[in-house]
Amino acid sequence: MGPHEGLGLEITELRLGLPGGSGGGGGEKKRVFSGGGKNGNMDLVVGWPPVCLYKKNNICHVTKMYVKVSMDGAPFLRKVDLSCFKGYSELGMGLEKLFGCSGIGEAMKEESESCEYTAIYEDKDGDWMLVGDVPWLMFTETCKRLRIKRRSYANGSRLHGTNT
Amino acid sequence: MVYSLPEEVLEHVFSFITSDKDRNVVSVVCKSWYEIERWCRRKVFIGNCYAVSPAIMIRRFPEVRSVELKGKPHFADFNLVPEGWGGYACSWIDEMSRSYPWLEEIRLKRMVITDESLELISTSFKNFRVLVLSSCEGFSTDGLSAIAANCRNLRELDLQESEVMDLSGHWLSHFPDTFTSLESLNMSCLGSEVSFSALERLVAMSPNLKTLRLNRAVPLGKLSTLLQQAPQLVELGTGAYSSGIRSDVYSALSKAFLGCKELKGLSGFWDVDPSYLPAFFSVCSRLTTLNLSYATIRSPDITKVINLCPNLQRLLVLDHIEDSGLNALALSCKNLQELRVFPSDMYVADANVTLTEQGLVSVTQGCPKLQSVLYFCHQMSNSALITIAKNRPNLTCFRLCIIEPRTPDYLTHEPLDIGFGAIVKHCKNLSRLSLSGLLTDRVFEYIGTHAKKLDMLSIAFAGDSDLGLHHVLSGCESLKKLEIRDCPFGDTALLANVAKLATMRSLWMSSCAVSIGACKILSRKMPMLNVEVIDENGTLNPKLDNCLVEKLYVYRTVAGPRSDMPGYIWTMDRDSANKI
Repeated sequence: MGPHEGLGLEITELRLGLPGGSGGGGGEKKRVFSGGGKNGNMDLVVGWPPVCLYKKNNICHVTKMYVKVSMDGAPFLRKVDLSCFKGYSELGMGLEKLFGCSGIGEAMKEESESCEYTAIYEDKDGDWMLVGDVPWLMFTETCKRLRIKRRSYANGSRLHGTNT
Repeated sequence: MVYSLPEEVLEHVFSFITSDKDRNVVSVVCKSWYEIERWCRRKVFIGNCYAVSPAIMIRRFPEVRSVELKGKPHFADFNLVPEGWGGYACSWIDEMSRSYPWLEEIRLKRMVITDESLELISTSFKNFRVLVLSSCEGFSTDGLSAIAANCRNLRELDLQESEVMDLSGHWLSHFPDTFTSLESLNMSCLGSEVSFSALERLVAMSPNLKTLRLNRAVPLGKLSTLLQQAPQLVELGTGAYSSGIRSDVYSALSKAFLGCKELKGLSGFWDVDPSYLPAFFSVCSRLTTLNLSYATIRSPDITKVINLCPNLQRLLVLDHIEDSGLNALALSCKNLQELRVFPSDMYVADANVTLTEQGLVSVTQGCPKLQSVLYFCHQMSNSALITIAKNRPNLTCFRLCIIEPRTPDYLTHEPLDIGFGAIVKHCKNLSRLSLSGLLTDRVFEYIGTHAKKLDMLSIAFAGDSDLGLHHVLSGCESLKKLEIRDCPFGDTALLANVAKLATMRSLWMSSCAVSIGACKILSRKMPMLNVEVIDENGTLNPKLDNCLVEKLYVYRTVAGPRSDMPGYIWTMDRDSANKI
């Protein structure tokens, strides 16, 4: 249908076609949307989907956050996606599974000496920090790599400063 | 002989009539009722600030105490209205400051208000009590300082979703020591930190504080302090809802929530650490409103919360709730009236999130009082829509957004015409409807035939021809607001229904097929309408009648063309030199 079919006011000239006649979807003004693929072409359409900007800007979008994890004595490093964990407890469980360092989750919660291991991380400034002090999301944003250290019982200190 | 009651008696009777619509009806009974009514009208609602001028309002209603104004078109929420469009509160505030010394309440939505206007408000109205700025912009924390410092009797300050220039967190300290009247504070939109000591002080000296919505920057550790000061709170918006793992925040928070026996509504929940959720479980049984729409927690955690809230009436949540969470909602929350499910990933269905049409069907089945739905999803079917319609004929608001435009019924690959047709046919009191998915002109035929109580309709990427628009304009008797984008609707339907436009508040059409020639004709035929053509790109040639307009906004008005239009808006009056 052309948009300029005179400006006749006899709307009765137009008739609804039989089902399927109009071919569904109206071919005239199609923008190309690819069904799959992240961010298809929908980035280009302003204001769609209709979520108000305030909401769009404030929902925390989860992106992948892979960091290297090393453990004292382990022959090779692993990588974990921090965005998969909801909090420190889950991180602890994940590390236990990867490295068999049992008790590390508990060790993060309580500063007891019972666990053989301690988890530390390198932050954006290059400093090595004890895992667990800051809110989880802040941690995921600043953590660059993780390290699981074995406690040294010999000299009784809980944490060595490290420069890996 | 007709006896008339004394004026004072009529005035007293009218004082019981508070709804705008009823007041309007009363005012047209006869001249004397018109006169009496206008002198005792205390509350005015103006849905489009350009439909009338401040002078006209003041002339007709000289003793107003409460004014509510709306500015920009609704699609401004989605970035479709360019910067500088308008909606300025300035002239309204100026004139009211001169003519309404006893004004108590100002509520603005989608308007632009400056610090100067805020300062004027704070000094002009001695009895000022309520300031609500919803989705507004143009002001800073300096303006808020003036309000805090000067409004001695302020009860409510609500900055819902406004864009505030955050110059200083110390505006809260401007409330004087003698200030004790605060009942409601919503500062959730503020980006940066406010002075916590000022906040604490304010809460401590506000025994009537019922609503407190904090911003994201207020740490969870401080929340328990505030709750201990204000156990009488009815509505609470938390700040960021997480903390380091080794703190005693959890136990203090849990204890503080236990003390809040009046709490009925919770919101906030940015950056949620699920391990802190149980801290508020003690209040769940009393909750009627829960807004988790910023919380990216997963379905099991959401479900746990929902199962504890049997009295929930209003739930806002992300699609992380998934069908399983919605099934739990349907089982647990028999008083649910409103459900809003927002998308967590804007563009592509997250493989980890299983939210389909089934969740919505469950809720409409299990929740007999459900009236209002906003639902974002990736797939829909006609059969689901028909089931929803039959389950819940009491729906008054149905807004469905299938995220990929023009998505057909995923089972049959047909358009969703009959599904939405069932909605309008069964839900006889439907007043608000938003369409999505693959739709032909047929759905508009159904809407025009059945949706007789429809007040607001939103259409995007739908229809085949002008017939679609014609069905809506000629059939929907109660229609007041129509907003359309990316549809093949054009001149014929528009010009065949010009009279209809004068019965509506406004019409928005963008990326449709309307020509400048039709706009000229419409403007000439209907002098009581403002026909505004938005030409952001500057490509419009008003002399070429065939030229399609980018965006069109038409609204009825008694104030004539507005004087604050930006350069990219074209109207017939403005370019009268180009009239044919």
